[in-house]
Amino acid sequence: MLELKGVTRHFGGVRAVDGLDLLVPEGCIFGLIGPNGSGKSTTVNLITGLFPLTAGTILFRGERLDDLPTHRRLQKGIARTFQNIRLFGRLTVWQNLWVAQNSPEDRARRSFFARWLGGRRRARDEIAHLLEFSGLAHKADEFAANLSFGEQRRLELARALAARPRLLLLDEPAAGMNSEEIGQLRERILALRARGITILLIEHVMELVMGVTDRIAVLNFGQKIAEGSPAEIQADPVVRKAYLGGGAT
Amino acid sequence: MDFYFGLIQLIGVHTLLGLSAYIVLLTGQVSLAQAAFYAIGAYVSGMLTVLAEWHIVPALAVGGLAGAAAACAVGFPALRVKGLMLVIATLAFGEGVRIFFFNFDYQIAKGDIKVGPLGGEGFRQIRFFPENGWTTFDVMLFIWLFVVLVMALLWWFDRSRYGAVLRAVGEDEVAAQSVGVNLTAVKVSAMTVGGAIAGIAGCLYAHYTTHIEHASFNVLVATFAIAYPIVGGLQSVFGTLAAVVFVQGFLVEGLRELGDWRNLLFGALIVLAMNLRPQGLFWRRGA
Repeated sequence: MLELKGVTRHFGGVRAVDGLDLLVPEGCIFGLIGPNGSGKSTTVNLITGLFPLTAGTILFRGERLDDLPTHRRLQKGIARTFQNIRLFGRLTVWQNLWVAQNSPEDRARRSFFARWLGGRRRARDEIAHLLEFSGLAHKADEFAANLSFGEQRRLELARALAARPRLLLLDEPAAGMNSEEIGQLRERILALRARGITILLIEHVMELVMGVTDRIAVLNFGQKIAEGSPAEIQADPVVRKAYLGGGAT
Repeated sequence: MDFYFGLIQLIGVHTLLGLSAYIVLLTGQVSLAQAAFYAIGAYVSGMLTVLAEWHIVPALAVGGLAGAAAACAVGFPALRVKGLMLVIATLAFGEGVRIFFFNFDYQIAKGDIKVGPLGGEGFRQIRFFPENGWTTFDVMLFIWLFVVLVMALLWWFDRSRYGAVLRAVGEDEVAAQSVGVNLTAVKVSAMTVGGAIAGIAGCLYAHYTTHIEHASFNVLVATFAIAYPIVGGLQSVFGTLAAVVFVQGFLVEGLRELGDWRNLLFGALIVLAMNLRPQGLFWRRGA
């Protein structure tokens, strides 16, 4: 589904991501973990095209993404959430989802004729369904800025889903959540996979990563130091060293 | 009475000018080029009615289109830069257009007088309204017809998905492009609509004053254009109208008898208004 080949990004002299190879198979939940500053968020920004690549290439469903602007990559089916929530605070919850309906199907539905042939109603139904899924139906007309932290996280996930993604990049979705909320998040992630959405999960909260992912890659200083099943990663001495510190090998 | 009609005409034209900046401000861009689109609309439509002897309505349409075309052409390169850099880029364009009209001569003989733009002397005798027997009252209604139309259009935008997209871009460009919004298309389209509105405002301005010159389109006018929607608040088009009435009706005309003190008070009142009501003149906090 998603393939990164030798992906590299330098900021001045800093090698934020350095020659990263990654293969995310279709239909899996793939974890990307690593200490702070190891290049996880930069990787997401490279996949979505917010930063250009210094070197390497990114393939999505066999197609090169390198030169596509961010909004075109979303239309190909790659949606994301942000580590620090970035909602449109002065739009309502409903409008936040409305603005995000940018998949090719939705765009076709807004064409001059289609919008009068039930296109509008279907867009509304879709939003109602997303609100239901994220438990925000009663907040539809609230300004996004007035939501609680947990609600904002849920709205951000719903906004990413409004684009009908095939691949969803979740950048630390559990940050700041209590364990009950993490449990709900886990249910949602599994429900999305059941719908056929491939998920790249970036997360510090091991309780979530180890319980939900099929496969994990570990980054440190922009390089992949390990990859395997959750059990393999937990047992890997290199990973333990990267997380717990100690002398470099 | 004509004084009040004149004031209402001025408020109408400035409202249009403010609305041309309003739609651009919704996308988070500050453009100081609105006076230039205003100038282009004024000169183009004035030349059409005076030199080519067109009727005002087609001249108005072409003036609006010229403003839109200029805005679209400026939009593509200028919107690659943001914030202060965009302010400088649009300021430079605005001054460039003003200086172009300062040097622009194109006169033809009509009877025993010559008409048309004459560089620094300006463009006199744009007399479509008096020649066709329109009274000040007729002209006032004509101007306000367009004010109402443009306000209705922008009000409808605000309720449509397009309006929500404009505001989304204004709030967070990174998030907007990450949910699939084409930033360039949205910003250039907002700029183009703003240019069309400014072009229409320029046409109406040229014909009701009958005399325009480069100084009518200086950076002060560009500053007023963005000041109206900022003072009035971006929640609704009515804020811009309220701000124009406040600034032109109250601050400029209402305080006229204060003489030189007016200019001092003018600045102080705007600062006071922005401090007391940072969300705009007539809106509830947090709405």
